[in-house]
Amino acid sequence: MSSIDARAPLPRQSRWSKHKIFETNSIILIIGVLLVISIGGLVEIAPLFYLKNTIEKVEGMRPYTPLELAGRGIYVREGCYLCHSQMIRPLRDEIERYGHYSLAAESMYDKPFQWGSKRTGPDLARVGGKYSDEWHSGHLADPRSLVPQSIMPGYPFLARTELAYDDIAAELRANRVGGVPYTDEMIAQAMTDLKAQATPDHPGQSALEARYPKVQARDFDGNPGRISEADALIAYLQVLGTLVDFKLYNDKANIR
Amino acid sequence: MSATEYSIRRATTGEIAGMLIAAAAVMPFLMVAALTDHSGYAFHATLATLASFASVFLIGNRCFRPGQVPAPQEINGKPNYNMGPVKFATVASMFWGIAGFTVGLIIALQLAFPALNLDLPWTSFGRLRPLHTSAVVFAFGGNVLIATSFYVVQRTSRARLAGDLSPWFVVLGYNFFIVIAGTGYLLGITQGKEYAEPEWYADLWLTIVWVTYLLVFLMTLAKRKEPHIYVANWFYLAFILTIAVLHLGNNLAIPVSVLSPKSYIVWSGVQDAMFQWWYGHNAVGFFLTAGFLAIMYYFVPKRANRPVYSYRLSIIHFWALIFLYIWAGPHHLHYTALPDWAQTLGMTFSIMLWMPSWGGMINGLMTLSGAWDKLRTDPVLRMMVVSLAFYGMSTFEGPLMSIKAVNSLSHYTDWTIGHVHSGALGWVAYISFGAIYCLVPWLWNRKELYSLRLVSWHFWISTLGIVFYISAMWVSGILQGLMWRAYTSLGFLEYSFIETVDAMHPFYVIRALGGALFLIGALIMVFNLWMTVKSGTVDVPQADYDHGLVPQLAPAQ
Repeated sequence: MSSIDARAPLPRQSRWSKHKIFETNSIILIIGVLLVISIGGLVEIAPLFYLKNTIEKVEGMRPYTPLELAGRGIYVREGCYLCHSQMIRPLRDEIERYGHYSLAAESMYDKPFQWGSKRTGPDLARVGGKYSDEWHSGHLADPRSLVPQSIMPGYPFLARTELAYDDIAAELRANRVGGVPYTDEMIAQAMTDLKAQATPDHPGQSALEARYPKVQARDFDGNPGRISEADALIAYLQVLGTLVDFKLYNDKANIR
Repeated sequence: MSATEYSIRRATTGEIAGMLIAAAAVMPFLMVAALTDHSGYAFHATLATLASFASVFLIGNRCFRPGQVPAPQEINGKPNYNMGPVKFATVASMFWGIAGFTVGLIIALQLAFPALNLDLPWTSFGRLRPLHTSAVVFAFGGNVLIATSFYVVQRTSRARLAGDLSPWFVVLGYNFFIVIAGTGYLLGITQGKEYAEPEWYADLWLTIVWVTYLLVFLMTLAKRKEPHIYVANWFYLAFILTIAVLHLGNNLAIPVSVLSPKSYIVWSGVQDAMFQWWYGHNAVGFFLTAGFLAIMYYFVPKRANRPVYSYRLSIIHFWALIFLYIWAGPHHLHYTALPDWAQTLGMTFSIMLWMPSWGGMINGLMTLSGAWDKLRTDPVLRMMVVSLAFYGMSTFEGPLMSIKAVNSLSHYTDWTIGHVHSGALGWVAYISFGAIYCLVPWLWNRKELYSLRLVSWHFWISTLGIVFYISAMWVSGILQGLMWRAYTSLGFLEYSFIETVDAMHPFYVIRALGGALFLIGALIMVFNLWMTVKSGTVDVPQADYDHGLVPQLAPAQ
C-alpha cells in the first residue's frame, strides 16, 4: 500500500520476538496485564488490613451519633471535602496552626474517609469546639459576614431545610455491615437518639450519652423548634477531633 | 397489497432479548420512582424508566429500516466498518467537552468572585466541582476513548466491530451514566470520593456498560485479519481492564436501601484512603495516560505518515508503565496517617515512573523523524506534538512532586491543580483534539477539515490559555505553601490562614482568564468541525475509510 510498510520480520534469534506471544493472543495479553497490575495494589493495600500498627490504639474513639452521621452526610453532599482537608500532617506549622497531627484511629469509622486533597479553606480535622455554634450558623449562612476575605460559598438554605432522617436506622445498619461497631440497641434507638441530641432538655439525653460518650446535645442552629440540616452539620463539625484526649495520648505506646 | 414500500423484517434474537430486558426494567424503575422519598433519586428512576421505553422503541424501530441485519462483515472483500457508534461518541465528546470546560470556567470564577456561588445548593462550588472533573475526565475523555478505541480496533484489526446492538449499548449506556452522574451531583447525590462520586446505582450501571465495552473490544480483536495486535490496542486493553478492576475495588459500597440513593463504602479511614488513591492515581494512569497513549500510537504515526519510532521501546515502556503506575497512589497521602512504608513505596515508584512515561513521549516525538517539516504546515500535527511535550513536562513534574520534601510544600495547594491541568489541558485535551481533527473528516467522508487556519487559531489561543492557567497555579500554589509555613523572627506563624486565601485572588483571576481562552479555542474547534461536516467537499464515496497506510510498528534498527 505504501512504501513505509515496515512489517519486516524480526531476526529469528532476537529475544524481542518472544514478545510475539502477547501480540498474537489477546487472552495471554489480558492475563499478562492483569498479573502486572495486581502486584502493586496487593503489596500496598493488603497489609493495611492485618498489620497491627496501621491503626493506633487510642481511648475515646466511638462511632458517630445518628445526628453527627446525618451531618456528615450533608458535609459529603455539599462537597466540603473538595476545599477542606481533615488530615493534619506532622509538620511544625500545621501542628501549631491546627493541633496534634491526625491519627489513623481518628478516622477509623469514616465511610468514606474525608482527608481531602486541597486546602482552599483551612483543615477541619480539629475544628470541633474551636468556634461557637452561633459562629458556625452565622458563618454557614453568610461566610463573609464573619470573615470578609473568605471565598466560601454561602449555605443559607441549610438552616431553612428540615433534616430528612427517616432512613437513619438503615444508615447505621449499612455502616455496621462495613465494620462500624453500632450495636442493635444503637440502631433501634437511632431515631430517638437523633432527636434527643438536637432538642434541648430531651428526656433521651442520658441514654444517648451512655451510648455515645462525650456527646454534645443541644440546639445547634439557634432554632430549637425544629431539626434542620444546619443542626446536623454543626453537630458534626463540633465533634471533629474532640474524641481522642491528647493530654492522655501516649504516642510512644503505639510504636510496635 | 403491501402498504409499505419496504418490508418489515423479523427481529434478531439479540434485538428480541434487548427489547425484553428493557421492557422488563420499566416496572421496577417506575416503582422506585414512585416509592422513594428522595426527589433526586425519583428523578433518576424516572429517567431510567424513559430510557427503557426508548430502548424498546429504538430497537423495535430497527426492524422497519431497510438494510441487512446483521450487517455484512465485508463488502466486496473489504471490511464493512461500523462507524455509527464512533460518530456518536465523537459528537458526544465535543458536547461534553464544551460543557465541562464551561463548568470549569464557572468554578474558577467562583473562586475569584465567591458571590457567583449564588447561595443556592445547585450552583455552589462543592457540587459544581465534581461536575467539572467528571465532565472533562469521564464525559469528554471517556467519549474520546470510546470513539477512538472503536475506530482504531476496527482499522488495525481490519474487522468490523463485534456485535450488532452491543457497540450502541456501550456508547449510549455510557452517556446515560454520564447524565445520571452529572445531574446527581447537582442534586446532591454523591458518595464523596474524589473522581468516584457517582452513587451505587450509577456504579452498577457503569459496571454493566464497561464489561460490555471490554467484550466488544475483545471480540473485535478476536476477529482480526492482522496476525499481530497493534500497539495502540495493548494500551486500550490495559486501560479498559484496569479501569474495571479499579472501579470495582473503590466502589464496593453498601446501599442504605433500594429506595435510597445513598450508600456507605465497605472500607473505612486509612484503608479507604489507600483504596481511593490507588483508584484515583490509576484513573490518571490508565484512563488519562494509557488510553490516550493508545490514541497517540495510532493518530501521530497516521498524521505524520511515519511508522512508530521504536518497536522495542514500545514494548518496554508499555509493561513498565502499567507495572509501575499501580504503585504510585500513596504519593497522594504523604505525611498523612497512612503508614510510612506505604508512603515510601509510593514515592519510590512514582520517581521510577518518570522513565516509562518519557519512553512514551520519546516514542511519540521521534515518530516524527523525517517529517518534522510538517509541523510548519499542519496545525493538527502541531497540536499532537505539543501534547506530547506537555505529557513529558507533567510526567516530570509528577515524580518531582511525589518526593516527600517537595510534597510537604505542594500538597493541599494550587500547585497540584496546576500540575493536573498541564496534564489534562496540555496532554489529554490536545491529543484528543488532534485525534478528533483527524477523525471527523474520515468519519464523514470529507477530504479535509473546513479550515486549517482555524485549527491554528484554536491552537494558539488555547495554548496561551494553558500557559496562563498553569503559571498562575504554580505561583499561587508555591506562594500559599510558603505562606503557610512562614514564621516571624519571634517564632510565631507569620500569616493567618485567611491572609493566605486573600493572597490568591489575582492568580485566581488569571487562571479564570486562561480557562476562558481554552474554552474559546474549543468553541472555534466545534465551529470548524461543524462546517467540515456541513459544507466540506465529499471525499470519494465510500472510500472504505482507507486513507493512506495503517500505522505499523517498525522493528528497531
